Amino acid sequence: MTFWITQALNGISFGMLLFLLAAGLSLIYGLMRMLNLAHGSYYILGGYVGLAAMRATGSFVLAALAATATVTLVGVVMERFFLRRFPEQELPQALLTFGFLLIFADLTLWIWGGTPQTLAKPEIFERSIRIGAIVFPTYRLFVIGVGLVIGLGLWWLQEGTRLGAMIRAGVDDAEMARGTGVNVGLLSTAVFALGAFLAGLGGIIGGPFVGVYPGADFEILEMALVVVIIGGLGSLKGAFVGGLVVGLLDNFGKALFPELALFTVFAPMAVILAIRPTGLFGAR
Amino acid sequence: MKTRVASGAAALAVLVALPAVLSSYQLSLVTKMLIFGIFAMSLDLLLGYAGLPSLGHAAYFGVAAYTVGLLALRVANNFWLDFPAGLLMAAGVSALFGLFALRTRGSYFLMITLALGQVLWGIAFGWRSLTGGDDGLPSVPRPDLSLPWALTGGIPFYYFVLIFFAVAVGALALIVSSPFGRALVGIRESERRMEVLGYDVWRYKYVAFILAGLFAGLAGNLFVYFNGFVSPSYLNILFSASALLMVILGGSGTLLGPAIGAAVIVGLENFISGYMERWVLVLGIIYVLVTLFAPNGLVGLVRQRLSGPAT
Repeated sequence: MTFWITQALNGISFGMLLFLLAAGLSLIYGLMRMLNLAHGSYYILGGYVGLAAMRATGSFVLAALAATATVTLVGVVMERFFLRRFPEQELPQALLTFGFLLIFADLTLWIWGGTPQTLAKPEIFERSIRIGAIVFPTYRLFVIGVGLVIGLGLWWLQEGTRLGAMIRAGVDDAEMARGTGVNVGLLSTAVFALGAFLAGLGGIIGGPFVGVYPGADFEILEMALVVVIIGGLGSLKGAFVGGLVVGLLDNFGKALFPELALFTVFAPMAVILAIRPTGLFGAR
Repeated sequence: MKTRVASGAAALAVLVALPAVLSSYQLSLVTKMLIFGIFAMSLDLLLGYAGLPSLGHAAYFGVAAYTVGLLALRVANNFWLDFPAGLLMAAGVSALFGLFALRTRGSYFLMITLALGQVLWGIAFGWRSLTGGDDGLPSVPRPDLSLPWALTGGIPFYYFVLIFFAVAVGALALIVSSPFGRALVGIRESERRMEVLGYDVWRYKYVAFILAGLFAGLAGNLFVYFNGFVSPSYLNILFSASALLMVILGGSGTLLGPAIGAAVIVGLENFISGYMERWVLVLGIIYVLVTLFAPNGLVGLVRQRLSGPAT
């Protein structure tokens, strides 16, 4: 019983991390019909910048600020100066973002080396709590909390604010939204920045338990892609549910069938694709 | 048409004569270029002709390479068994993946082909007892065809690959100029129009998907014999994306452009890796530069030059 509860909580916390990444991927796709393959780079960039800032300042909060600010800026530059030139052209977008994925992969390897690193946890979450026979690190609970808060915040942003209404209008019909006076260009930059921010935050949040290492960018990207395939591209709810499903599948898969670890994630994805090609909550 | 046949024959003559002038190291580099050229051309059938941008094309290359490698090592190093089995597996996997992938288009198609490709990568990486995991399959022997020239030699093996390369070019030329190939181009330009004209669009795309997998498998077969080794990195997204880059760099929708793109990338990798460690960084920059400045590839650049400044 202890095994199941511990693994479930681990899976949920990993799922929340995946939700942060998939939400950005999904939002960007929803508005711009764009697959951003550099999204995994934002994760390791957030992790490494956070690591450097943490060493310099010793503060988790300052590290989080530095990491998310850097990654958001990188996202804005990519969108404004590169991706904007190829609206609705999926192949150039894919090649361009894949190029950036490689560039960031090699730059981070050059600067920070090949040894896997973990960020220090904020001090108040160093301890574990004990409920009956189950010992659970408080940091994992913190990650679950962050995921829930971000999820609620994004839901409120999308459903309850003017900006959200504009995003939804842009997702439904960019042409009409433009006609009614929405600045879709600026909106695209804002959404891209938000997506990059969330992924950079993922790097900081994931840094202490997943770690940052060469190749984490690809692994996280693949996992986030599976999440949006299962949940449905462009859907926030899909990113949340998909994140939980994939987080749990991954954790139990690794614990129960180590040889087929990745397969336990990919096989259900194929089944969902066969039944619903647009995912559980995808519109198209 | 006549000039194209003539220039093709001239190119073939140059390729046939190459072993006379190249060192054995240079010849093995050209052998690799030819193999990757087949791989890139196979993807072009999907991308350039049918308009389907696959990001998982390494799957068919890799599955063929693993099939041939495993059979040669564990069952029998029999060309007449292993080689067709590799092709069959590649075609079979593409027939299966096509069922999933072709229900989608655009970015979704990119993403799903990527994810399906990663399934195979996951199996090759995780199923250590069968595939050797991360270490891959070492010491795959070259086939013994009972010819007077053993294929372990560089020059006989080069001709072995060149024959398959010429066959692949010929077969692909026939395919793209056939009514089937013309219909694919029509589908690329306007799927709806082809549907209205009574074409079974899905079936055309599906056949193209399987054919592309089959030719990628041919390249995988040749590669495992050439390299003597296959690892999960020949199944992953990096390899799939590099095939896309080769196609775009050479010129998608042209028959030989992708082979030229493959030769350029293989050549550059070899050249730059000899001087510095940062090949991945350079490769990333090449992706960005090609997308920004040569979206129609080298063939497109040359054509633009020939026809004068754009009006």
